[in-house]
Amino acid sequence: MSDIPQVELMRMPADAAPRRPTDWKTESMQRRIRRRYAAERRFRLLGLAAVLLSAAFLAFLLIAMLAQGWRGFTRTEIRIEVDFPAMALPLTPAALRGGDADRLLAAAGLEEATIIAAERTLGPGGDRLLSEAAWLTMREAIRDDPSILGRRAVLWLPAADPIDVAAKHAGDPRSEAAYARLRDAGLVRTGFNSTFLRDADATDPAMVGIWGALKGSLLTMLVTLALAFPIGVLSAIYLEEYAPRNRWTDLIEVSINNLAAVPSIIFGLLGLAIFLNTWNLPRSAPLVGGLTLALMTMPVIVIAGRNAIKSVPPSIRDAALGIGASRIQVVFHHVLPLALPGILTGTIIGMARALGETAPLLMIGMRAFIASPPGGLTDPATVLPVQIFLWSDEVGRGFVEKTSAAILVLLAFLLAMNAIAIYLRNRFEQRW
Amino acid sequence: MSPVSALVIVCGLGLVGWAAGRAKARLHLQAGTARPHSLPAYHGWYVAIWTILPPALFLVAWGALAPGLITDAVLRTPPAAELPTAAIDRAGILSEARRIGTEGQATAFNPLSARLAPEYAAATHRYNLYGAALALVLAFAGGAFAFTRVRPDFRARTRVERLAMGGLLFASLIAILTTIGIVASLLFESIRFFGMVSPIGFLFGTGWSPQQVAFSDPDAIFGAVPLFWGTIFIGAIIAMIVAIPLGLMSAIYLTQYAAPRVRAWMKPVLEILAGVPTVVYGYFAALTVAPAVRDFAASIGIVSATSESALAAGLVMGVMIIPFVSSMADDSIAAVPNAMRDGSLAMGATSSETIRRVLLPAALPGVVGGVLLAVSRAIGETMIVVMAAGLTANLTANPFASVTTVTVQIVQLLTGDQEFDSPKTLAAFALGLVLFVVTLLLNIVALRVVKRYREAYE
Repeated sequence: MSDIPQVELMRMPADAAPRRPTDWKTESMQRRIRRRYAAERRFRLLGLAAVLLSAAFLAFLLIAMLAQGWRGFTRTEIRIEVDFPAMALPLTPAALRGGDADRLLAAAGLEEATIIAAERTLGPGGDRLLSEAAWLTMREAIRDDPSILGRRAVLWLPAADPIDVAAKHAGDPRSEAAYARLRDAGLVRTGFNSTFLRDADATDPAMVGIWGALKGSLLTMLVTLALAFPIGVLSAIYLEEYAPRNRWTDLIEVSINNLAAVPSIIFGLLGLAIFLNTWNLPRSAPLVGGLTLALMTMPVIVIAGRNAIKSVPPSIRDAALGIGASRIQVVFHHVLPLALPGILTGTIIGMARALGETAPLLMIGMRAFIASPPGGLTDPATVLPVQIFLWSDEVGRGFVEKTSAAILVLLAFLLAMNAIAIYLRNRFEQRW
Repeated sequence: MSPVSALVIVCGLGLVGWAAGRAKARLHLQAGTARPHSLPAYHGWYVAIWTILPPALFLVAWGALAPGLITDAVLRTPPAAELPTAAIDRAGILSEARRIGTEGQATAFNPLSARLAPEYAAATHRYNLYGAALALVLAFAGGAFAFTRVRPDFRARTRVERLAMGGLLFASLIAILTTIGIVASLLFESIRFFGMVSPIGFLFGTGWSPQQVAFSDPDAIFGAVPLFWGTIFIGAIIAMIVAIPLGLMSAIYLTQYAAPRVRAWMKPVLEILAGVPTVVYGYFAALTVAPAVRDFAASIGIVSATSESALAAGLVMGVMIIPFVSSMADDSIAAVPNAMRDGSLAMGATSSETIRRVLLPAALPGVVGGVLLAVSRAIGETMIVVMAAGLTANLTANPFASVTTVTVQIVQLLTGDQEFDSPKTLAAFALGLVLFVVTLLLNIVALRVVKRYREAYE
């Protein structure tokens, strides 16, 4: 062991011919020991500080997101009294119950009706206190209960973005004053923002929702899982159980290991050049996003799968071969079921990474403004992380809290997936 | 009948074939005249594969072939004679007609395409029927052929397993195909780019302003050195100044000092840092860290401080990298033989002396390999720099100034309106090629370093 670095303490003085035991009691030796112990404590504290600093950063990040994000789930609503009979809307409860309600409501001029009602309740210019999309809430109210058309009704309509921000104590003085007047008159309340969980992107921060992005993410993940899981597991089986040791196998192994380390944006370039420009698949579609992410996730699943298969002891294979199973039967009847928990854990972790991925999806055009949830795999869609990126670019104050709220939703999904992975690992992991 | 419903019917036939093949093999088994080679289920699979595989392959090929045939058929109809001769007008009208006829687009921009649309619908319908009919014939023929071969002495299991093996091999070839796809698409577009811009000017030029592509000499505006510098400055310098000390010290503390309970709690916490999506880091960097850095710079008297500083992006990226450095350091410290550690402690060295003078020097190659992997990860990272770093290409070492990176420019060049022949769009692929090659080299070197070091102690 000659390459062990010399420990300096152990160096002997050159002229120490007759060895005497070291006198530890002397002042200089005591000082030396104190110094070394102090250095030890300092080093240890430095390590602790590094761990705590990293943890503190994580805590700071989460707290910052929570502090802003929870407001995104609430919204300020203003009490508007609507005198429907006086409005003389071209709608009757009977006509609305008879099917064609969407067309009738679209043609009824509800936008103007909302403005008029707001001015009557809040005075001139009152409509500016309401969100531009407040009439959508009125439309929903009429659709839910057409009988209110025959009487005076009280509706709680979403406030305009400056009022909403002012209600959360971050607005400009004018909006703050307007909010204070409303509050003193008892005309405002803070309600749960159901729009946020139900709708898609919009230009007005009071009316945005993440359901569209969430659905896009789910569809994209579906494609990714359907492609990456079978291909990943099958190639893991081949490489671990059957592949002959030759140049081809080496080539496959090298490419899988390299793919796992390729920056994700390169996969986006691949998707753009091949899926969009060569195969002419539709832009912004979950299908293309899923294909791109599948190529990125597959190496992760292969590597996790190989480790899981490797950890199944050879005695299982020998026993199965010994009672006459074929090589395919050995793997599919015995090795694969035993390795499955490990493979699933790796798959979930790979999928969680794909769910948080943004850069490759920007390359294939998933950054478009999409105001309605996608209906299928080839419809234009966006995904949660890209929606976060888009909102973070918006200038409106109201978008800050919406961005943080969307981040909370994304983190909740990732946390759930990782919790499932950890549960699977602990529940089914076998030590041989 | 659409190809998808044809495929569904074929799969249904496959199921029937599976049941029929299995039932026939079972009858043989019950008759007990000969000892069968394969279990009944394998006969079932054999029939099912013969029923499904040929028509499925045919439908895929048909899907690639049919659009051309349909267009030819439409061009032979009378209204097509009025089509303009210019290729681009023809293609526009034809694709509009296709959208109206088959995808339910309501209004026609060009009256001719409205008249072509019914022809399109009819031709599509006709060719879909041909395809479906041929697929069904293939399914029946394949199934019948396989069914007649089900006999006690037929080696169905061998056949099925050979096919399964082929499937496994095919699945693992996808990895090679992906690699080839990446290299080919990057190389192909880069070669087109270097046809317009000289590689020397791209790799060694110092002026980057692709927005002026229409006005100036392409060699002068595609000099990527400022981007390379910005990438190295943020990813390999600032981020590593944060990540190496924090990651290394965390790993040392958690492996050498911490009580098992502390370790059991803190290690997952560090791993969460690696699991947070990069877009979240980017948002955090842009919203919280960048203004703080700017205010700090202003308070120490730097006037040019921007809120898109290299420091903000680098700091947050460094935090993201901490878990990578820490887990690599953890592995390589754990791989140092215990005898070395025990020997040092036995001679009276304190723990910190042992770590600094025995464990770390011995683990150094592994740590260096880990750092190289972390650097390759950091320079390929996109969202943090897109959201927190700047867009202007500066060749500066001032951490409070705005610099841009390779990944930021790729995103910038490829979003918005794209013309696929302009050097502006193609430049993104050239940058991608450089990024791919550099991360590949870093990974190869890092893995080789780590591997050689592992071998030294095994």
